[in-house]
Amino acid sequence: MSNEEGYVTADGRKIGGTLMEMKNITLRFGGVKAITDISFDIKEGEIRAIIGPNGAGKSSMLNVISGFYVPQEGEVWFKGAKRPQMRPYQVAQQGIARTFQNIALFEGMSVLDNVMTGRLNYMKSNILHQAMWKGKAEKEEVENREAVEKIIDFLEIQSIRKTPVARLPYGLKKRVELARALAAEPMLLLLDEPMAGMNVEEKEDMSRFILDVNDEFGTTIALIEHDMGVVMDLSDRVVVMDYGKKIGDGTPDEVRSNQDVIDAYLGVSHD
Amino acid sequence: MFYREAGEFKTSYVDDNQTFPIRFDRYRYYFVLFAAFLVIPFAVNDYWVNAVFMPFLIYSIAAIGLNILVGYCGQVSLGTGGFMAVGAYACYKLMTAMPEVNIFFHVLMAGGITAMVGMAFGLPSLRIKGFYLAVATLAAQFFLVWLFNKVPWFYNYSASGQISAPERTVFGIAVTGANTSAWASYMFCLVFVFICGILARNLTRGTQGRKWMAIRDMDIAAEIIGVDPLKSKLSAFAVSSFFIGVSGALFFSVYLGAVEVGEAFGITKSFLVLFMVIIGGLGSIFGSFAGAAFLVLLPVLLKNVLVGMLGWPTDLAAHLEFMIVGAMIIIFLIAEPHGLAQLWRVAKEKLRLWPFPH
Ligand SMILES: Nc1ncnc2c1ncn2[C@@H]1O[C@H](COP(=O)(O)OP(=O)(O)O)[C@@H](O)[C@H]1O
Ligand SMILES: [Mg+2]
Repeated sequence: MSNEEGYVTADGRKIGGTLMEMKNITLRFGGVKAITDISFDIKEGEIRAIIGPNGAGKSSMLNVISGFYVPQEGEVWFKGAKRPQMRPYQVAQQGIARTFQNIALFEGMSVLDNVMTGRLNYMKSNILHQAMWKGKAEKEEVENREAVEKIIDFLEIQSIRKTPVARLPYGLKKRVELARALAAEPMLLLLDEPMAGMNVEEKEDMSRFILDVNDEFGTTIALIEHDMGVVMDLSDRVVVMDYGKKIGDGTPDEVRSNQDVIDAYLGVSHD
Repeated sequence: MFYREAGEFKTSYVDDNQTFPIRFDRYRYYFVLFAAFLVIPFAVNDYWVNAVFMPFLIYSIAAIGLNILVGYCGQVSLGTGGFMAVGAYACYKLMTAMPEVNIFFHVLMAGGITAMVGMAFGLPSLRIKGFYLAVATLAAQFFLVWLFNKVPWFYNYSASGQISAPERTVFGIAVTGANTSAWASYMFCLVFVFICGILARNLTRGTQGRKWMAIRDMDIAAEIIGVDPLKSKLSAFAVSSFFIGVSGALFFSVYLGAVEVGEAFGITKSFLVLFMVIIGGLGSIFGSFAGAAFLVLLPVLLKNVLVGMLGWPTDLAAHLEFMIVGAMIIIFLIAEPHGLAQLWRVAKEKLRLWPFPH
């Protein structure tokens, strides 16, 4: 189990100190309490899963982290400092990237352009440089293109580079969305049900990519997942939510043997 | 000659980012430039310049401007006529207030002023979208026309309420006023089209263009990758209005010479430019040219063929024009929102694979 200053995982990876900490978050939509007084932390370099039945408030939690929802109560701490209220684009600029439960790609653009948008944080040329193109803008475009091509190779989507996103099948769209998030070289990567709606083979590919990202780039990952098997294989620590409350938090083994979790989640069928 | 990229291997990302990656396209582009700058000016007469080339060039700039806003950034605008009027009146005030400055800079400054006005009217786009934004820009259209009619300062208190362009020269050659020769006004407009075309292409090929398209395709996702919606929408309004302001300034100073605001820059102008963008192709610079060419040439063609050759009455030909344009708008909106530019692209794609389509 974790302590204040990191820990070593079962497979021997060293996990660092706390990167993000949610403190007593409560989020309401009118009368509906989507999240009730939840606290948990995400440590540097770990794969942290959030699980729970449909409607438990998992996506809402991710939306709080990425700035779409503003919780009525609680604090968000990032890199040891309390985060002021921020717009989503400011959160992105801090080094937090994400994917959505329902794919949110730019349908009118090619795969390459979609992934290139992930590099925005590294594009410093202003609109006048852009208008002139030669010089700063072109140089920046080429440098960032190189970074993007690495991601494209990494996720094995070279052959669809120039394809308009709208023409891709679902599984590939999910992969392109991951590519766009990775292109940002985020410190923290949030994945909302990255494997939902995929067949077994696609799920295996996606699991492999997630592990590789964590392994090769050292990216901290927080992911929401439905498939218990997948969660147990992938994650270092798991938060379990039910009806907006946290009912469990620990390593997969600890969570699996937690009676509350068994009652609330593992016992009932879910899909 | 085969149209394809076989044998052309891109060895760098710079090559891959070219405007015309296929050699044949590149040669055609140089050929068009050559003809536009070195052949047409010596070959045209007044009729062709006034009926075809000048409106085509000037509307192309306006269409590029509107296309950046609507086609690239996804923000609807029905205020094009009003913004052209801002360009025209700004140019007029600058020409009369600073006669010593070259008209070239007056036109650019008029574009700059229009950009600022456009940004101000673009502010509502942060809160409202689609239909409501269209209505807000429509209000801008009517307000601006009303303003230029109502406040005599804008037309220097002239008795007629019109503005008319005094003679101005570039390198000693008149480009505005009564003594202008056709080729000179053509060249003056062409230079602006050339500059605007390149600027627009540059602004849409890289980061800036992707920010706009991200906002257009899905604003929530755009925010999550770090696009500031305020900045990018306003920059689209500014850039778009700059182009539209330049076109309004040219329309007034070089093309018409004298202008009554409601007549020259009324709501019909807003729709005309919007139709150019829709027919030509949303989100395409080439489409902006194609749409402008189409809507400028169509009435000329109909008039020459139907009235001139077949002897139809003029009003019948005009009605037919309305019907054709209306039908095309409907067809393109429903079947091919990317317009003529997309038809062209599809044709090229087929050609590239021909004769082995698989
Ligand atoms: N934007 C919203 N407006 C109103 N209610 C919402 C909104 N987003 C989520 N909710 C509610 O919050 C609860 C949790 O939803 P969600 O976070 O999507 O669950 P999960 O991702 O765990 O399936 C649900 O009851 C849902 O209806
Ligand atoms: Mg969800």
